[in-house]
Amino acid sequence: MIRVDKEKCLWCGTCVGVCPTLALTLKETYVEVDHERCTLCGICVRACPVGAITMEGVEK
Amino acid sequence: MKTLKYDVVVVGGGPAGSSVARYAARGGAKVLMLEKRQEVGSPVRCGEGVSKKILQKIELEPLESWIANEVAGAKIISPSGSEFELSEDLAGNETGYIIRRDIFDKHLAKLAAVEGADIMVKTTATSLIKEDGKIKGVLARHLGEEYRIEATVTVAADGFEARLSREAGLKTSLKLRDVDICIQYEMVGVKADPLYTEFYVGQGYAPGGYVWIFPKSERVANVGIGVNLMFSERGATPRRYLEKFIASREDLKGAKIVEINGGAVSVSMPPESVTLPGFAAVGDSARMIDPLTGGGVVNGAVAGRVLGEALGRMVQGKLSPEEALAEYEKGWRKKMEVQLARNYLAKEKLLELTDEEMNDLIEAVGSIKLEGLSTAAILKAVKEAKPSLAEKFSDFL
Repeated sequence: MIRVDKEKCLWCGTCVGVCPTLALTLKETYVEVDHERCTLCGICVRACPVGAITMEGVEK
Repeated sequence: MKTLKYDVVVVGGGPAGSSVARYAARGGAKVLMLEKRQEVGSPVRCGEGVSKKILQKIELEPLESWIANEVAGAKIISPSGSEFELSEDLAGNETGYIIRRDIFDKHLAKLAAVEGADIMVKTTATSLIKEDGKIKGVLARHLGEEYRIEATVTVAADGFEARLSREAGLKTSLKLRDVDICIQYEMVGVKADPLYTEFYVGQGYAPGGYVWIFPKSERVANVGIGVNLMFSERGATPRRYLEKFIASREDLKGAKIVEINGGAVSVSMPPESVTLPGFAAVGDSARMIDPLTGGGVVNGAVAGRVLGEALGRMVQGKLSPEEALAEYEKGWRKKMEVQLARNYLAKEKLLELTDEEMNDLIEAVGSIKLEGLSTAAILKAVKEAKPSLAEKFSDFL
């Protein structure tokens, strides 16, 4: 499952823009994850400029 | 739920959205611009460099409030330290003024408001109203209340996220190689030449992108980086490269960070169409960013003006909505599509270069007198200095 660390997040929208399934939404000061749409592709993890996104419970 | 009716609803209050709102309102349209944040322009995302041509392109007065510094040109610096200079008029969309983006964006929103556009901040468009194969507005939330906003034309100016343009059905999804991810520090206590922006290129500095130093004064500069997403295997890649760059620099030693910004830019071609019945995307949302420089402010604002003026003619009865959107599509492409295509090819070439090849390229370009920087002049210089490198660029013309 994708997890966004609110303390690291810069609210920049990078993850939202690269998400191929529109599973992420920037709600002004936090990123909301729609886990039903998320396919765990991991692009947002790679794209986050500050490493605020991690994937939990998934083999790398 | 409250229902509002407008000629035009613009989602997003950045430079593209504000330009649409300003020129549509000037043409007589009833316009509403939505901004999801509580303050237009804040927080700033990446980069604060724009060409001075923006003044004439969207009719702006140069004000000290939003201009932090004026530069004479740009220096492009290779991994080996060789460099070439470009005067500001040749350096593309990002060199000329170093601006305060938060104040700049708010200034543009005020110009839209002065023309009569309505603005709602802290308002999120949650979905599109689609009926009879047309987009007829948006549903939105503002301070805990639901709004149904009906409009003849809905404009997605929602930036890099491009949620709205993708939900509408435009092909604005991006490949990995067509995204640069960025981070920027505003640093105080640097030793900067306030007359030049600096761009450090090469895989060692910033894989597939560049590090920039944009001076706001002799003591203050934006120091930032963009890295191509292809080269980012895990998170925080831009941050790691930027920290490495800063640690290696005497002129940045001991400087304090007073602001951190993150962001991303598309370095892609725009999609074949940015309009649908009742709908148009503009600016970053329509992937209009220059793929070579990563600059999006000028293109977004210019395309916003084209769209706003067409929507003005629509409410004056001179154009049907379909004709207005067709005129927009034709108009913005005429202004920037050739440049976008050329710079996309250049970006694709540069992505492949090793640091050695980048050194050769910049030395070759530095050796020619740059009275005018044309692709032909660069190729000629490269051919003379490094015939093997020139071959890589042979299909460029």
